[in-house]
Amino acid sequence: MNFDFSSEDRMVQEQVKRFLSERCSLGRYREVMEGETAHADDVWQGLSEMGVQGTAIPEAYGGVGAGYLPLCLAAQELGAVLAPVAFSSSIYLASEAILQFGTEDQKERYLPRLASGELIGTLAVSEGLAEPALDALEVVSGQDTVTGTKLMVPHGLIADIAIVVARGSEGAELLIVPLEGVQRSAVEGVDPSLAAATLTFSGTACEVLVGSGEGKQAYQTLLNRAAVLFAFEQIGGAEQALNMAVAYAKERFAFGRPIGSFQALKHMMADMYVALKLAESNAYYAAWALQNDAEDLPLAAATARVSATQAFQLCARDNIQVHGGMGFTWAFDCHLFYRRSNYLAVALGGSKAWDDHLVNALPGLAA
Amino acid sequence: MDFSDTQAEATFRETARAWISAHAPTYLAESLSRSGFGSTRTGDFDPIEEAKKWQKAKADAGWACLQWPKDYGGRGATPIESVIWNQEEGVYGKLSGTFIIGQGMCAPTMMAYANEDQKRRYLPKLASGEEIWCQLFSEPHGGSDLAGLRTRAIKDGDEWVVNGQKIWTSGAHYSDYGILITRTDPEVAKHRGLTMFFLDMRSQGVEIRPIKQANGDSGFNEVFFDNVRIPDAQRLGEVGDGWKVALTTLMNERLAIGGSIATGFPEIEALVKELVITAGPAIEDASVRARLADWYAKSAGLKNTGARAISALSKGEIPGPENSIGKLVAGGMMQDIAKYGMELQGLGGLVTDPTIARSQAQIQAMLMRSPAVRIEGGTDQILRNIIAERVLGLPEDMRADKGLAFSQIPTSTDAKRGS
Repeated sequence: MNFDFSSEDRMVQEQVKRFLSERCSLGRYREVMEGETAHADDVWQGLSEMGVQGTAIPEAYGGVGAGYLPLCLAAQELGAVLAPVAFSSSIYLASEAILQFGTEDQKERYLPRLASGELIGTLAVSEGLAEPALDALEVVSGQDTVTGTKLMVPHGLIADIAIVVARGSEGAELLIVPLEGVQRSAVEGVDPSLAAATLTFSGTACEVLVGSGEGKQAYQTLLNRAAVLFAFEQIGGAEQALNMAVAYAKERFAFGRPIGSFQALKHMMADMYVALKLAESNAYYAAWALQNDAEDLPLAAATARVSATQAFQLCARDNIQVHGGMGFTWAFDCHLFYRRSNYLAVALGGSKAWDDHLVNALPGLAA
Repeated sequence: MDFSDTQAEATFRETARAWISAHAPTYLAESLSRSGFGSTRTGDFDPIEEAKKWQKAKADAGWACLQWPKDYGGRGATPIESVIWNQEEGVYGKLSGTFIIGQGMCAPTMMAYANEDQKRRYLPKLASGEEIWCQLFSEPHGGSDLAGLRTRAIKDGDEWVVNGQKIWTSGAHYSDYGILITRTDPEVAKHRGLTMFFLDMRSQGVEIRPIKQANGDSGFNEVFFDNVRIPDAQRLGEVGDGWKVALTTLMNERLAIGGSIATGFPEIEALVKELVITAGPAIEDASVRARLADWYAKSAGLKNTGARAISALSKGEIPGPENSIGKLVAGGMMQDIAKYGMELQGLGGLVTDPTIARSQAQIQAMLMRSPAVRIEGGTDQILRNIIAERVLGLPEDMRADKGLAFSQIPTSTDAKRGS
């Protein structure tokens, strides 16, 4: 048995890590948060020079064709620095959707430019202040057009194309929509690093990626695959938040001793570690399932998703607690992790939805 | 990533599987599969006798204590072969419970500190199950604070005279030998005045009394020492080095890998699949589903963490510190699961009569046994300290007994006197 990443995969991770440590400090997140720029373009550019966007995209479509395992590890590093780039939207969602469901022609037209980073893609699904019901979407498709408003589209401000989930004649459809000319307005949000936007389509030209009647199933397949990659971003962030808490607890003194010597805080950090390790092990298994298109991918992905969400939310929350008042200042970075952890927790649907996916995927429990 | 065996591993697995299917006590399989929560079920057969028979058969064929040297009754196998054996032994591995403390904790201590003659005399019989060992560490005044123990040993010629009391000794009533930690010098700091021995449990002055536990079972004992004489030749390590020797024992607590640590998940899954609650089938209820998802994710996390450890062993590496989380996660989870499984059944959930209750009252057995899981072998709190200090590198807590001679350390008796 070899339940670990290969040294080649680890080399990719090391390269991405080194690049990000030089070019993508948490200061980059702050630049986006404070409105200096919508996206860390140079980081995006640097990643594309290294070929990171194309890691799992086959060579035939301009990618590297190295598979999902190195992409998982790259995701972990991007998650650890809260990289303010459209990587998750463009690669785990838009590119993956086209790779899984696109026609040969669609793959050839879009994937090489997504792999090179020339195009940025995203996924537009949510519409109102509740989880979207795929059977009752208000964004509707007509003859090669789409009409309606999508609220809170991550990276919607900067994306070139969106995979839009819309209501067709027989249920949900997945559409490829070029965003040039589409009305976009920035939306303020808990995670201000997302370049999030409200997109309004009014008879906007589009092409069908997954037709009416098959959209719901395809959307869930896409979520399952993306959940594995999101889980790696989440454990990257969780580990970094835990490291921050531990480092601070060692150096901060109160009552004449390092606060890390108090059991109330030690036990809190031990619990953060436990949540992280469970999530990490589940994410490793899910990475294997994703790479090998394993039969139990839906269960493995939901399991990784549930644990990774728990781990990052716990670590980000309690990192603030360990820092005390300083942790609640704008100047300290704790809130950046807290913000990102909450975005990632709902990005593919919240915990209620994933609890359901998990239980549905248990052997013998199919609903 | 690859979940298959290497060629050598596959060959080993085949050999092990063939031997097991030819020799295992298949008549016990059904009962053993229902074991758990502190009891080994062997139906109409005596559990100790059956355990000894299976262990002896394994030892005679070279399948006992696989990683030990052949000279001491083992097989000289690699760690991964040992894991493969455990996977293949499956339900029959539950019979090894009787020997875990002796083979997993006493034996490594004997290997490190006993002389060659002693090793050749005691280890093979320990491996074959012909002699059972226990570990005499915890005391009424020294549980989590193990080094606070008070059992005294005083040198008298070539012998030591031991007086005091141990508690929570698993299997003392059927053990032949035990390793015993004592205080030999109360006038130095508490960790420094300890010395380790091994002794014959039938020595004059040893009295064993079973403890009736909160769940009504009696798996543990109190052991009293009244002028028990132990030859100096049975000392393990130097006088005053007992703490160091004890750490060897505790570090060797068998890694719960290869096998699986009980979490209660299969039991709750089975329950909610069949149970109908007021609103309909339990499995369709949103709050049931949320809990089930959480528990599944945790139990899968433990299983996958185990797989990472096996993978490290397979490559000849030492498993990482993530293995320290097992009992901490499993204990709390089992207690939560049992409580929820009981509550879902209302007053019916209180029934412990196995002829009436679902699944022979497994949920109820779990409910009553799980508090102990969070205490035995390191409390949840001690485990969190270990993770925080040894894994995360956080500083030690401040201790009120630091630098004091053992005899000067305040006790609850002092507190009652108001001093």
